[in-house]
Amino acid sequence: MSGRKRTWEAISFELVMTVIAVIALVIIIAPSLVVLIVSFTSGFSLRFPPPGYSLRWYAELWNAWQLHFAAKNSLIVALWATGLSVTLGVAAALAISRSRTLSARLLDSLFMSPLVLPALAFGLAALMLFSLVGLPVSLLTLVIGHTVVCVPYVVRNTVAALAQLEPTLLESSAVLGASRLYTFRRIVLPLIRPGIIAGAFIAFMSSFDNVPVSLFLRDAATDMLPIRMWQDLEGKLDVTIAALSGVLIIATVALVAVMERVTGLSRRLTN
Amino acid sequence: MGAAPASRDVTSYGMGLAAPLALFFLVFFVAPLLQLFWLSLHNDTAGLHWGLGQYLHFLTDPFSLGVLGSTLLLGAEVTAVCLLLGFPIAWLYQRVGPKLQTIIILIVLLPLLTSVVVRTFAWIVILGRQGIINATLQSLGIIDTPVKLLYTQFGVVIALTQVQMPLMTLPLITALGRIDANLDDASCSLGAGSWRTFFRIVLPLSLPGVIAGCTLTYAAAITAFITQSLIGGGQMLFMPMYLYQQASTLQNWPFAAAISIIFLLAVLAVVSVFTTLGRMSRGYGGA
Repeated sequence: MSGRKRTWEAISFELVMTVIAVIALVIIIAPSLVVLIVSFTSGFSLRFPPPGYSLRWYAELWNAWQLHFAAKNSLIVALWATGLSVTLGVAAALAISRSRTLSARLLDSLFMSPLVLPALAFGLAALMLFSLVGLPVSLLTLVIGHTVVCVPYVVRNTVAALAQLEPTLLESSAVLGASRLYTFRRIVLPLIRPGIIAGAFIAFMSSFDNVPVSLFLRDAATDMLPIRMWQDLEGKLDVTIAALSGVLIIATVALVAVMERVTGLSRRLTN
Repeated sequence: MGAAPASRDVTSYGMGLAAPLALFFLVFFVAPLLQLFWLSLHNDTAGLHWGLGQYLHFLTDPFSLGVLGSTLLLGAEVTAVCLLLGFPIAWLYQRVGPKLQTIIILIVLLPLLTSVVVRTFAWIVILGRQGIINATLQSLGIIDTPVKLLYTQFGVVIALTQVQMPLMTLPLITALGRIDANLDDASCSLGAGSWRTFFRIVLPLSLPGVIAGCTLTYAAAITAFITQSLIGGGQMLFMPMYLYQQASTLQNWPFAAAISIIFLLAVLAVVSVFTTLGRMSRGYGGA
């Protein structure tokens, strides 16, 4: 770009692109900021800007036992689904990542397909299957359903990490007499660990936030947080939900900051 | 595997490691979808009478076809706006220093990981009768009474755009990063202006990223149940809510199954069109 003449034509192009980019970035970030500000309102409505500021709705949140119950369920399901996704997903990623056979590519497409197919259709299908075999909806059915839609993130990130692994490292290790298991534990696993953690993190977040599968696989006894919030918002515009949103936004920012340090999350998602 | 030389063998793992996940998917993903398909081919709720009644019902019912049409249209609108806004972000990302790059990526990334209910809720606050837009317009004296923004097509498109924008922007950033910066300079030094260079060089070369972004955005926008139902309200019905109503409220499982299959096929059709375009564009980009 150094030798380019700063013509009006070039300036107009850069101006238009930069202005649109800035507007787009504002559109992306503004809603979260607005919710954060509104959550500290002292009033009873979601008016913006708030008439005054207080922590009353955060105090209100402390007593909202229905939300606590739903949050606890969501957390339990997300942890189990993530654990199951990592166990099954990392093993599968090891098998398919370095293989160029047709079956490996077919399996890869199969494991990725929950990302594109409408999850709502899968939720309904899973409900039908569970009711056919006589398994009532419970935290177990939720964990199974969530694992199906979360495992692609683990597989994708682990495969990406394995693709960057130098095969010569494994060969050297073998030549020097290390067993396969030893090489895996001491060479492969430490190198792909950030990829696995990044995948597990995204899987966890998407399970915690899942609506389409939970919609069919939960009932009143296994209420899930996003569904509870959705139903609260359908009924009335509750400021408590703003406080809860504030908590979730801050927790997300904190987790992303930690993940950026541990795994370099942003580089992973743009490579 | 057995015939492969030992040096190759140590770098790969047996396909057997994929067996547990394959089995899990067979039982809990493939089987349910097959059962869904099986039930959609029945005319009664008990699943005793075979027939194409559910599909005929959907395809001859103007209301159902309208819901399908407006859902597909919504996806197209959201994808177009996301592309229009997302591309300049990716372009800006390649122009700034590493510090600003990290900030841009985090701005794009954070919403993706924030709960979709929270993001949708934010738009209720912004678009509502007492929301920011109405309050600002009123205080500026541009309008007297609040404009209806919530429960409109405009509202749904803008909210979905914000919710899905990361899915468009991330592949675009990747694609633009792979373009040789010298091409840009070469084009300009040969006398092509910035606009011409953009449309003739940068845009064609980034097509794989554009198509990947469009596929993800489109598929996510048409299935975004929460945003559609909360911002669209009761008057606007899209496929996910239609499916949910038939299955849950009306307990009409065979019809809900048929809706699911039609919806699935519609998504698959769109994805395969995009994939074909992607394959063609990669040939173009490599030429």
